[in-house]
Amino acid sequence: MNVAVTMERTAGGAADKGAPAVAPVDNKAAAAQVGSVAVAAGGTAGGQGGRAGEWLRTLLRAVLPPVFGMVLLICLWHVATLGDSGIPGPGKTWDAAVALFSDPFYREGPNDQGIGWNVLESLKRVGIGFGIAALIGIPAGFLLGRFATLAQMMNPIISLLRPVSPLAWLPIGLLVFQRADPAATWTIFICSIWPMILNTAQGVTRVPQDYLNVARVLNLSEWKIFTKILFPAVLPYMLTGIRLSIGTAWLVIVAAEMLTGGVGIGFWVWDEWNNLKVEHIIIAIFVIGIVGLILEQMLMLVARRFSYENR
Amino acid sequence: MKKIVQIESVGQTFETKKGRFTALRDIHLDIFEGESIALIGHSGCGKSTLLNLIAGLTRPTGGVLLCDGREIAGPGPERAVVFQNHSLLPWLTCFDNVYLAVERVFSAKEPKVRLKERTREALALVGLTHAESKYPHEISGGMKQRVGIARALSMQPRILLMDEPFGALDALTRANLQDELMKILAATRATMVMVTHDVDEAVLLSDRVVMLTNGPAATIGEILEVRLERPRDRLALAHDPQFGECRAALMEFLYQKQLRVAA
Repeated sequence: MNVAVTMERTAGGAADKGAPAVAPVDNKAAAAQVGSVAVAAGGTAGGQGGRAGEWLRTLLRAVLPPVFGMVLLICLWHVATLGDSGIPGPGKTWDAAVALFSDPFYREGPNDQGIGWNVLESLKRVGIGFGIAALIGIPAGFLLGRFATLAQMMNPIISLLRPVSPLAWLPIGLLVFQRADPAATWTIFICSIWPMILNTAQGVTRVPQDYLNVARVLNLSEWKIFTKILFPAVLPYMLTGIRLSIGTAWLVIVAAEMLTGGVGIGFWVWDEWNNLKVEHIIIAIFVIGIVGLILEQMLMLVARRFSYENR
Repeated sequence: MKKIVQIESVGQTFETKKGRFTALRDIHLDIFEGESIALIGHSGCGKSTLLNLIAGLTRPTGGVLLCDGREIAGPGPERAVVFQNHSLLPWLTCFDNVYLAVERVFSAKEPKVRLKERTREALALVGLTHAESKYPHEISGGMKQRVGIARALSMQPRILLMDEPFGALDALTRANLQDELMKILAATRATMVMVTHDVDEAVLLSDRVVMLTNGPAATIGEILEVRLERPRDRLALAHDPQFGECRAALMEFLYQKQLRVAA
């Protein structure tokens, strides 16, 4: 291993002096090879079993606690529903879930559709409401961040409207659109626009002065400033806004649909309550949670792609 | 020799919460074509403020700065800046960081192929051809600073403004980059103004060292002419009596005449 380290150093030194590019790269490759040989030798000496054990241990450490937590939850659930409380236990719920998910996409009239359709319908509403909110909220955030006067003008309005429960806007939506479906979408729009405006605006005001100085020294055009500096610098903030928005939107859609009816996971929960199929409500809770988790994880993945180290 | 930059009775005051703060006063300085100038002084004395004024990033509150006889009204491609903290855009590769500058200066009159060529030339000048597709976070601090220098040089500026460019680097990397900067300056015959608080760096790199008095209301205290032969070799200079004298003169100014009251 020592050999590898010293060789690597020489390679680095050569690169620093600006020597021809090919030589140091070759040296580095050689160093890496020597290194890997050394590691391999160490591996055989220590035995293959040790490393496999190590790997297994990390895997177990990562997987065991969450699994244990879930088992604990199910046990508690089971114990809590042992008596005759009306709430179905895990077994009963599982049977119902198997029956339910064996045919998630059936349609028997407008008020009796499979759970798959209901989830998709809710996702569609969230998608549309959220999409329109992004189209308006993100540019608005850029404007508020860039122009202080505009921000001063809008801030009291935003502070006033933001804490209002989106459901309070539902009647306005019903009045304006005259139909339940766009009213629910409107509610989603209202609740998801604030985090996007505020986070984008904050991102714009937090663009490091260094980058803006670079823009000034290079005399970049407004368009270049936007595409090469402002937009990439704000992107992480924007994605945080989007993530918060999606989260809230998914919370709100259930409540909105309970009120508006039609098709959708929220309506479905209410319908099953009217039918007194409590096990279906519990299944719906899990489904809503899992869909929310997937949405969140997807956006986290996107955000990780656009986070820059060493900012 | 021709004057590139003329600084005439320039002063700079800032309005702060505690009232008016005078950073600089009565600065008179002519910068000649092809010379290297170091601005030295204790921290907070307004060295960077002066550099920013030459760059055009800030406007003076008194006096006037001229570049080629015209008033400096804002930043321009003939005055390239190398920032203290490299200020590379983290979402662009080294190549694209330099290309951004090249494109801005030359895209009106040259085809894309030539712009790319210019970018590669600038990176080659600082010995970073092999790292052109790397992102800033993938390379070392010294390499980042090189890309910053390449970006500035790629604009073919009349004058290179450097704000403590090597301040954040370790001593060995710094020495390395100083040597290379001297070579580049000799090859391109660019004019350079560098802010530094390193006495050795000031003497080694510059033809004149401009010493600023302590702030607030800092001004030019003394100007030291460094008449050492070029090319300069740091090893040979270590035993050079003239180098020692220059060093001593600077130290005397900084540590005796302008001794900072212990804060």
